[in-house]
Amino acid sequence: MSTSASLSVPHLEQVYDALATAIDAAGPDKSELFLVKLALLNANALGDVAAFEAQVAAALKDL
Amino acid sequence: MHEPHAEPRRSIYYRYQVHAPWLASKHPPQDRKKVVIVGAGPIGLFAALELARLGVPCVLLESELQVSEGSRAIVFTRRSMEILQQVGVDAPITANGLPWRFGNSFYRGQRVYRMEAPHDPDDRFFPMINLQQQYLEQYLTEAVLAHPLIDMRWGNRVTRVDPKDSFVRVEVDTPEGSYLLESDWLVASDGARSGIRAMMDLKLEGASYEGRFVIADIRIDLPLPTERLAFFDPDWNPGNTILMHREPHGIWRVDYQLPPDETPEQALAPGSLKARIDAQLAMIGHGGTPWEMDWCSVYSARALTLPNYVNGRVLFTGDAAHMLPIFGVRGANTGWQDAQGLAWRLAFVARGVAPESLLQSYSSERVAAAWEIIDEAGKSTRFMTPPTRGFRLLRDAVLSLSLSQPFVGPLYHWRTSRPHEYTQSPLNSSGDDNLLFKVGPGHGAPPQNIRLGADDYLLDHLGGGFDLLYFTEGPAIPDALQKVVAEIRLKGVPLRVVAVGAAEPVAGADLILADADGHFRARYGVRASGAAYLLRPDQHICARWMSLDAGRLQSALTTALGGTASTTVSVQKGV
Repeated sequence: MSTSASLSVPHLEQVYDALATAIDAAGPDKSELFLVKLALLNANALGDVAAFEAQVAAALKDL
Repeated sequence: MHEPHAEPRRSIYYRYQVHAPWLASKHPPQDRKKVVIVGAGPIGLFAALELARLGVPCVLLESELQVSEGSRAIVFTRRSMEILQQVGVDAPITANGLPWRFGNSFYRGQRVYRMEAPHDPDDRFFPMINLQQQYLEQYLTEAVLAHPLIDMRWGNRVTRVDPKDSFVRVEVDTPEGSYLLESDWLVASDGARSGIRAMMDLKLEGASYEGRFVIADIRIDLPLPTERLAFFDPDWNPGNTILMHREPHGIWRVDYQLPPDETPEQALAPGSLKARIDAQLAMIGHGGTPWEMDWCSVYSARALTLPNYVNGRVLFTGDAAHMLPIFGVRGANTGWQDAQGLAWRLAFVARGVAPESLLQSYSSERVAAAWEIIDEAGKSTRFMTPPTRGFRLLRDAVLSLSLSQPFVGPLYHWRTSRPHEYTQSPLNSSGDDNLLFKVGPGHGAPPQNIRLGADDYLLDHLGGGFDLLYFTEGPAIPDALQKVVAEIRLKGVPLRVVAVGAAEPVAGADLILADADGHFRARYGVRASGAAYLLRPDQHICARWMSLDAGRLQSALTTALGGTASTTVSVQKGV
């Protein structure tokens, strides 16, 4: 999967930490809900159904 | 022996009238009938009136002696009102119903989405109007009883159907025993639990959903406007949805989803009803307000249809033909569109002015409409009652996001019943100018109403046959067109010619609408004299032309009457 814009390594690390911290903050009961909300917000910001579906397919791999 | 309930049903707002049963012993022997309609609910009553208006007598069989127990349907759409106007019962509904156009969705005490149904100044009727089903059936029944062509038979229950090639024989049970009745055509409008459908062993296709709902009508004084109220995932009913609607006579409909595994008996236990309705009232800030129960029932959301509504000489309509989720008021509002589509075709076939094959287009149009509704309703249903863990998670994520992110609001959109556009209908003309129009109702669409003046609208003047809207500033409908009109009328097909845009009388027009400001022409995309629209008797557009000529009018009428290609060719040769 290729995207036009990608994160620099320091920014990727920043996202990594932010997401991990947020999952912990949401707690085990709400982390799934939190992640779905986040996915919807990201999809809306992405504004591209095909790109989103490609991300869904990529994320479903190797579970 | 059929023993219908002979005491007036109980209601805190409606006074039931018990009608006398029709008994064969009190009538002379019967010939074979042209049309027998089974079931005098909203759809059967309307079908009888529409057939009668087109000159076809019918027998209307109703198993009960009185109108609907409780109000199943309560919300009627603009298109339904336009259809009911055709049989003259719109006035009492308008006078007694509660019109509205806003829908609200609430989550955690916050209004997270507000939907406004459009209300065009050219529309006579509101997008929605609330009225209890008993009143609606009463108005229709009064019209039926006043019509000399309708033979209304209360307390007559069909117990056997025997379809033949060219007629149908039914056994009808009454309080004095049964009799046999033969009819060229049988219309099954006997509702969701259709006995005719069961006796003919016809199978519905589609899906049933798990969610079950209680509907309860209560009398309570609430200072709230007539708007749709939907509450998601409240504390008292976690994960589930509650709907509320105002009805006339101080009645409110409360509609709530049940937890899985709860039986209808448990749900309808008085203690359970009271606790839940009290909890709902408390949640909306009206806890402790006294209320009284009128009627309640349990239903489940289903999305099913027969694959064909024409089964030999037996024709299915309304809930007998399909069962649709009620989110989006799709029961009666869909059924009237069915019955309207059926009645004119059946009338023309029964009168011998159209071939039997015309009925096939009733089935193809309305089965396609049912599948479209099932698809749309599925979207609402999977939000209201998520079928899987994934759907529930997404729904819950949307609820949560909606408190701060308006972009998810439209996912609350409640897809309402709307008139279907028969864009693929075989009755649409193939040689017209449909695609040249930039605006206006296209092939198969219902008409756009036009406000002509104070309390005067286009649709007040249409129906009861084909309508030709001919746009002209000239003094006469061209002779060649008048000739086609005269010929089709000679064959027994009613056709009205409406001249639009002329200030002076127009020879050959049955009605003249001046359209002084050009508004009508603008909405119909008409730029010059000589343009025309042809409306079927159910008012859906089957042809439109930038410039109409006799050959294309003849061809469109032939097609709309289910004519064959060869007829069309011979007609074109003759022009």
